[in-house]
Amino acid sequence: MTTEAHSTSAYIKIFWILLVLTIIEVAIVYLGLPRMLLVALLVIFAVWKAALVAMHFMHLKFEKKTLSIVAIIPFILCVFLILMLLPDIYSR
Amino acid sequence: MSQVAAMSHAVEPAESPLTPESWGKLGMWLFLAGDAMSFGCLIVGYGILRHASTKWPVPAQVLGINLTAFMTFLLIVSSVWMVLALAAIQENNKARFNKFLGLTILGGATFLGCQAYEWTHLLSERLPELGIYFSNNLFATTFFVLTGFHGMHVTGGVIYNTCVLAAVNRGRYQAKHVEIAGLYWHFVDLVWILIFTFVYLL
Repeated sequence: MTTEAHSTSAYIKIFWILLVLTIIEVAIVYLGLPRMLLVALLVIFAVWKAALVAMHFMHLKFEKKTLSIVAIIPFILCVFLILMLLPDIYSR
Repeated sequence: MSQVAAMSHAVEPAESPLTPESWGKLGMWLFLAGDAMSFGCLIVGYGILRHASTKWPVPAQVLGINLTAFMTFLLIVSSVWMVLALAAIQENNKARFNKFLGLTILGGATFLGCQAYEWTHLLSERLPELGIYFSNNLFATTFFVLTGFHGMHVTGGVIYNTCVLAAVNRGRYQAKHVEIAGLYWHFVDLVWILIFTFVYLL
């Protein structure tokens, strides 16, 4: 076992980061920022939190590359899906 | 991790660099990849419909985000309890494992309770006030489909974790099985983080 990566204190640290990011997310909704800035910030925070969960709680950071390849495929396909749907949005 | 893997795979000469350490884990990851595509399609579909709609209510005003922020907190905490349960079973500490997996299950069940309350409140009071119905409004449709699909996953996770708790205590499951169940539970947490942001906050 890689003791550092799986130690309780490391998990607790990730928990605090996730908690702080969530509080910041809720706080900036109440701030009344410009729409585009708000969207950009929230998407960055959401992806950041999701990546933290995948990397540390799901141990992706400490696994062999195989699992990372499996994990990244849906995201590539989703980006592809968005690209395929763009003509529909912009030909309106 | 690598030492354990090296020991268990020492007898397999045909191993490629991509051979996984655990086939069970790879199986769960493959399932989660498929599941991620389902959620991905729903979220992308939601985004397209929302972008194309001229009238879309501000979600935070209709749905209220305080309860949901608490639900997000619940899932994150229960995810932490899950990793603590895994750490406990890896150290062979049964009592600590039982405590934390029990808390994980409790967290998931509480989340479902909050969601049931939220849905009831929305369907019986909040949405009719605004003249919004599940059947005639894209905002309501996408909301219920996304949170409902996720809620079913939480339900499945609570049942799954309960089975794991029972199986470990009967001596059938070991740490590796708990880790695989953990993958599913963290995935459900991960998806909720995205749904919370895209459906409630944006």
